[in-house]
Amino acid sequence: MHGYEFYVDPSRCIGCQACVNACAECDTHRGVPMIHVDYVDRSSSIATVPTVCMHCDDPTCAQVCPADAIKKGADGVVHTSLKPRCVACSNCVLACPFGVPRMFVAAEQMMKCDMCYDRTSAGLRPMCATVCPSQALAYVAPETIARERREVPTNVFWFGNERVTTKVFYMVPPGTAEVRVDVVDFMWEEA
Amino acid sequence: MKTHCCFCGQQCGIQLKVRNGQVVGFEPWEEFPFNRGMLCPKGVRRYLQSSHPDRLLQPLIREEGGFRAAGWDEALDTVVRRIRAVQERHGKDAVAVYGGASLTTEKAYLVGKLARLAVGTRHVDYNGRLCMVSAGTAYKLAFGVDRSPLPWSDIPEADVAFVAGANVAECAPITTQYLWQMRDRGGRLIVSDPRMTPITRNADLYLPVRPGTDVALHLGMLHVILRDGLEDRAFIAAHTSGFDAVAAAAQPWDPLATARLTGVPPEAIERAAHWIGESRRAVLMHARGIEHQSKGVDNVLSLINLALATGNIGRRGAGCTMITGQGNGQGGREHGQKCDQLPGQRSIEDPAAREHVARVWGVSPDEIPHTGYSAMEIMEAIHRGEIKALVSICFNPLVSLPDTKYIREALERLDTFCVVDFFLSETAHHADVVLAGSLQEEEEGVTANVEGRVIHIQRCVDPPGEARRDSEILCELGRRLGRPELFPFASPREIFDELREASRGGVADYYGISYERIDRELGVFWPCPSDDHPGTPRLFEGYRFFHPDGKARFVVPEYRESGDPVDEQFPVYLTTGRVISQYLSGTQTRRIGPLLDQVPQPLVEIHPRLAAELGIVEGDWVTIESRRDRMTLQAMVVATIRPDTVFIPYHWPGARSANRLTHRTLDPRSKIPEYKVSACRLRKESGPPDWVGREANVETPVQPPRRRQPRVEAS
Repeated sequence: MHGYEFYVDPSRCIGCQACVNACAECDTHRGVPMIHVDYVDRSSSIATVPTVCMHCDDPTCAQVCPADAIKKGADGVVHTSLKPRCVACSNCVLACPFGVPRMFVAAEQMMKCDMCYDRTSAGLRPMCATVCPSQALAYVAPETIARERREVPTNVFWFGNERVTTKVFYMVPPGTAEVRVDVVDFMWEEA
Repeated sequence: MKTHCCFCGQQCGIQLKVRNGQVVGFEPWEEFPFNRGMLCPKGVRRYLQSSHPDRLLQPLIREEGGFRAAGWDEALDTVVRRIRAVQERHGKDAVAVYGGASLTTEKAYLVGKLARLAVGTRHVDYNGRLCMVSAGTAYKLAFGVDRSPLPWSDIPEADVAFVAGANVAECAPITTQYLWQMRDRGGRLIVSDPRMTPITRNADLYLPVRPGTDVALHLGMLHVILRDGLEDRAFIAAHTSGFDAVAAAAQPWDPLATARLTGVPPEAIERAAHWIGESRRAVLMHARGIEHQSKGVDNVLSLINLALATGNIGRRGAGCTMITGQGNGQGGREHGQKCDQLPGQRSIEDPAAREHVARVWGVSPDEIPHTGYSAMEIMEAIHRGEIKALVSICFNPLVSLPDTKYIREALERLDTFCVVDFFLSETAHHADVVLAGSLQEEEEGVTANVEGRVIHIQRCVDPPGEARRDSEILCELGRRLGRPELFPFASPREIFDELREASRGGVADYYGISYERIDRELGVFWPCPSDDHPGTPRLFEGYRFFHPDGKARFVVPEYRESGDPVDEQFPVYLTTGRVISQYLSGTQTRRIGPLLDQVPQPLVEIHPRLAAELGIVEGDWVTIESRRDRMTLQAMVVATIRPDTVFIPYHWPGARSANRLTHRTLDPRSKIPEYKVSACRLRKESGPPDWVGREANVETPVQPPRRRQPRVEAS
C-alpha cells in the first residue's frame, strides 16, 4: 500500500452507510463509527456526503487542544485524542473546519477517524475505502485516480483567508485547483 | 474463509472470520474480481446472523397451545405421514412444495427432485417467481436463454447505460461502481424510475416514468429510433426475425402520445432514443421496477427490442441485461425448482429433456410430472381446496406475496404445513412442523451470481444445536418418502456431480464446472460443457443466439392497464421496493441490529405537492388504503418521487407489511405479481396507530437521520 492515498468524492456517494457499518466493526472502537454520512437535504434530494478525517498538515484540532492530546504521526495521520490527556473540552469539535471530531461525553474523550491506523500500518487499506460500493471513498495509488476518474484530486481548502492543506484528497471538477467555500476567498481586498 | 455474501444476486466475495466454530467477523476479499473487496452494509453485518439467539436449534411440532420441541425422527415421520395421508385422500397433486432462490444450487436441485419424485407432485415452485421470471420469460422468448448476456466488466465499456426500473444503489450496490466507471470514461447514464433513487444523482438524463407505463416509454423510444433512421438495418436483417411487426407496433407511439401516458417529456424521450440509437455500445439494464407488473414480460421485451433494433448486443460494452435480485436468483432458477423446468434450464414439456433427466435420475420419463402451478397459483389452489398440504423451504410468503390477508387465509386453510427454516419466520408461525435448517455459511455448494458466474460457497461452520443442513433434511425426507435410492448423497459435492450430469447438454450446462475450477478461476460462467471449456462470460458473441435458427426474435409488446387501476376512489399509485439495509422479507436482516437501526420502520414517501393537498407534513401518521386493506405509517415528505405516486418498502411483517395493500394480478406469461403498480388513497391521522408499541422492536418510531448528527454525543 506504500504510496496509496485517500480520496473522497461525495458525488459518487449513494448513502448506503457501508462505511459507517464497517467503521463500527473496528476492534479499536467497536460499535462506534468514526465516519459521518449525511443527507444534504433529504426533503429535496437523495444527495449524501461521507466525511472522514481529512488529516490536515497543520491540524486545527491539535492547535486548539489545551491538553496537547491530539498528535500527528510522521506519516501525516492525525490520531484520535490520547485518553489520559483529553479533558473533553470539545475545542477540537468546534474548531475543525470539516466537522470531524466527536465528543463522547460518557467516555470523556474525543474520538475521530485515524485512517484505520491499525490496518494501514499493517499494509491493509482503510476499511471504509475498501468496502465503499461506489468508491466515493477510495484508497488507491495516485496514478490510478489520474487514469480512471473524470474528476481531479485537490487537497487545498480555503476557509475565509485560512488555507488548509490535508493528507486526504477531495475529488473536484477538472480545472479546479483549490476548494473555496467563503465569499471572502473569492474577493480582492487591499492588503 | 473465502466465501460469498448470502444477500442479493451480486454474491460479493467476502472472507468470514471463524473462531471456535463460530463466525465472529468479516474481512474484505479484495482478489475476488466482481467486487474487489467492496461490500454494502448487509455484507458488512451479515456475519451477525450466524450465532443469533433466534436460531432454531431443533425441530418444532405444533400442538394445542403452541410449538413444542421434537426429535428429528418424530418430526420427519410426522411430515411424511401427513403428506401421505393427504395424498391418499386427495391425490398426489394435493401437496405442493415451495423452494427459494437464496438456496445454493445443490439445494434448489434437490427441492425439484424431492417434489417430483419423492412427494410425486407436479406443483413445485419457488420465490424467484416474485423476482426473475418476467426477465427470464422475455429472454427465453427473445434469445432462447435466461441469463444476463454480459459480464459486469462490460458495463464500464459502454458509451450509454439505460437503467430502467432498477434501484441499483440500494438493491445492487456494487453495480454503482460499474456505472460510475462508465461515466468516468465519458459514458452517459439514463435512469427511468418514478422515484429519484440514489443513482439518479449522477444521471445525465432522468426519466420520471409513471408507474406501469414502461412499455410505452420503450415503444416511444423505438418510434424515434425508427423515425430518425437510427436502427441497425444490417444487424436486424442478418440476426433477427420479427422486426416488421414490432416496427408497426411502435408506429402509434410518437413522442407526444408517449409523453401523455408516461409523464416523461417528449424532448427527453427523443434524447434518450438518440443517445441509444447513435451508440454502438449501449447497455440496457433492468430490474423489478419494470418486471413486477402484470405486463412485466412486455416491459422487458420492449427494452430488448431497443437493443436489437440498434444492434447493441453480443459485443463488448453492448447488451440488454437483467439485474438479478436474490442471492442465488440465477442459479436457483436453472436446475429444477421452477414449476415448468427440469435441470439445465430445460423445459419440463420437452420429451428429449424428460428422457435425459429421467436417465440421470434412474427413473422412467413417465414418472416425472408435467408443469405445475406457479407460486401464486399454488396459493389460489389452496383457497380452492385443491391443494391441502404444503412443504416450504426458504420462502416467507406471508411477508413477500401480495395481498397478505389472502395469503394468511391460505396458510390457515392447509391440512398440513411443513416449513424448513433457520429462523422462525412469520410464515413458519403458521406451520404444523418446523424443521430447523441451515444458513448459507453452514453448507458447501455453488450459486450463480448476477452475471451467470458460478461461484463456490464454503461451509464455514456447522449448524448450531440439533439444526441440520438443508440438503440432509431434503434427502432424509426423500428417503422417508420411500425413495432412498434417489437420495444417496452424503455431501453437496455428490449432489453437484449429479446436477452436472443432469444439466449436461442443456441450456445451463454445468458439466465442465467443478468446485476446484471455481476456486482456481474465481468463478466459471455457464454454459461450460466440458472440463477444458473456458466458460462463457459473454453470450451471443458472433451474434449467435440460442434459438434453433441462431437468430434473436423481436416480440411485439403490448401496453395494458394495470390490474389495479387508479380511479377517483383510489387516485394515487402505490409502488413498493427495497431499502439498502434490508433483504427480501427481512427474516435475516430484521434480526441484525445495526441494519435495523439504519431504517427501523417503513415510511411512506410522499411528494410535497400531494402532501400539501392532504395536509400532511413530515412525520405525520398517514393511513394508506388500497382495495384490499389499509395500513398506517409515518410520512416522509420528499421531492424525489412523482406527485401521483407513493412508495413503501416491503421488508416488514404484520401491520407494517406493504403487501397488505398490493394486489394479486399476475403477468399472464411469467406469473409474477404486480408489486410495482397498485392504486391507493391516503388520509392523515391525528396520532400513531395501535401497532406502535405492540409489534416487535417498535417503541418510539424513529425517523432516519436527515441532517448532520450532533458532534457531541449525549451521555
